[in-house]
Amino acid sequence: MIRVVLPFHLRNLARVDGEVSLEVPGPATIGTLLDTLEAQYPALRGTIRDHHTLKRRPFLRFFACKADWSLEPPETSLPEAVTKGTEPFLIVGAMAGG
Amino acid sequence: MSKVRVLVGTKKGAFILTADGKRQNWKITGPHFAGWEMYHLKGSPVDPNRIYASQTSGWFGQVIQRSDDGGKTWNTPDGAPPPTPGEFPKGESNKFVYEGDVGKHLWYDGTPHPWEFKRIWHIEPSTTDSDTAYAGAEDAALFKTTDGGKTWKELSGLRQAKSQLWQPGAGGMAVHTILLDPKNEQRIYVAISAGGCFRTDDGGKTWKPITKGLKSPYELPDPDAEVGHCVHRIALHPSKPDVLFMQKHWDVLRSDNAGDQWNEVSGNLPTDFGFPIDVNFNEPETIYVVPITSDSLHYPPEGKLRVYRSKTGGNDWEPLTKGLPQKDCYVNVLRDAMAVDQLDTCGIYFGTTGGQVYGSPDGGNTWNTLARDLPAVYSVEVQTLP
Repeated sequence: MIRVVLPFHLRNLARVDGEVSLEVPGPATIGTLLDTLEAQYPALRGTIRDHHTLKRRPFLRFFACKADWSLEPPETSLPEAVTKGTEPFLIVGAMAGG
Repeated sequence: MSKVRVLVGTKKGAFILTADGKRQNWKITGPHFAGWEMYHLKGSPVDPNRIYASQTSGWFGQVIQRSDDGGKTWNTPDGAPPPTPGEFPKGESNKFVYEGDVGKHLWYDGTPHPWEFKRIWHIEPSTTDSDTAYAGAEDAALFKTTDGGKTWKELSGLRQAKSQLWQPGAGGMAVHTILLDPKNEQRIYVAISAGGCFRTDDGGKTWKPITKGLKSPYELPDPDAEVGHCVHRIALHPSKPDVLFMQKHWDVLRSDNAGDQWNEVSGNLPTDFGFPIDVNFNEPETIYVVPITSDSLHYPPEGKLRVYRSKTGGNDWEPLTKGLPQKDCYVNVLRDAMAVDQLDTCGIYFGTTGGQVYGSPDGGNTWNTLARDLPAVYSVEVQTLP
């Protein structure tokens, strides 16, 4: 199972507490993880990736294993620690600054 | 006894204010959707328990919410997982895609710029079917749902009305006002900031600018241009839908022929800059505006928050001050932040960027503070319930 940590507002929208566990079919990539997440929680469609282009929203970041995966293409394989569930995949709202 | 429900959209959530027909004691619930920008909430005239809401965020984009129990509980339409395992969910209630070739409008630097969906500013439920509603978008476009908000389709004819000449102002370029003619389902009016005012007479297939008589010498190189006027808000009374009232960037105007010709009725207003305009439910010629100092100073003149009322459909205006702050008040009242109820003595309501919601149970003669410390108010709508 892959563990996904959502930001506060998306947890509310998906109506979940804490982490989300996903069984990602086939090769686990950033793209298939997001496909599975949106299939399980349809209210999240369009909130992480643009509906039309499937591009990551600019003020969201993807972190895992102390690295920033935000700029990697969707077909990028997830690290083994994430696919084995020892490390979570974090979807993070970018800092507002100020 | 009748009840009143006031739907308040703010910068950090939505609030619902309720009172009985006396409109003296108010109960506030919320924040609903805490932390989100709530641009607009509006109930269906057909089924008051059905309320549509536009929830938006710079981080997470657009979400449409719907309540079927008067605002107690909310759901994203079509947001449930599909019943058949393996089937990909539709989840399209927040999918707003421009029809066909997306086209281009003028950008700030004068170059053509492709349309980009940003958010929904206003949702206008149908007067005849609770599953049908219209949504005004930034970048300016009009969308329609006929399935209770599960899916939205653009009425792309609007963007055939010289949209290549529309150009965003500092506040963006959005369809912020949608008026449905209660006597003619085929007729719809929309207003677009920095785009102008438009009308369809065929249910949204074709549109034409209705700007004759508008003059914008400080905003446009051609003051009489057909498109590009910064219309802030338009309003009509349901008994006289051919009579329109407009608060433009500068100037208050009226049209007596469905927008074919506009005439200025600013009269003795202390300033004719402002955002909202609305019509008394019982008196079709009684209208309300909130004068704001200028386009550079978005607060009331002299620090005095005054609603101005005209009982003659414009030109002759009187200040309404009883119960409103008359010193040190430097808030703004945004375009969608005023509404009226439908009781025998019409109630008037408005919200401020300072988080106050004011209400008058007597057509504006006296005002009460319904809420004092909310986040900045974006929108106010009122439902009159049996």
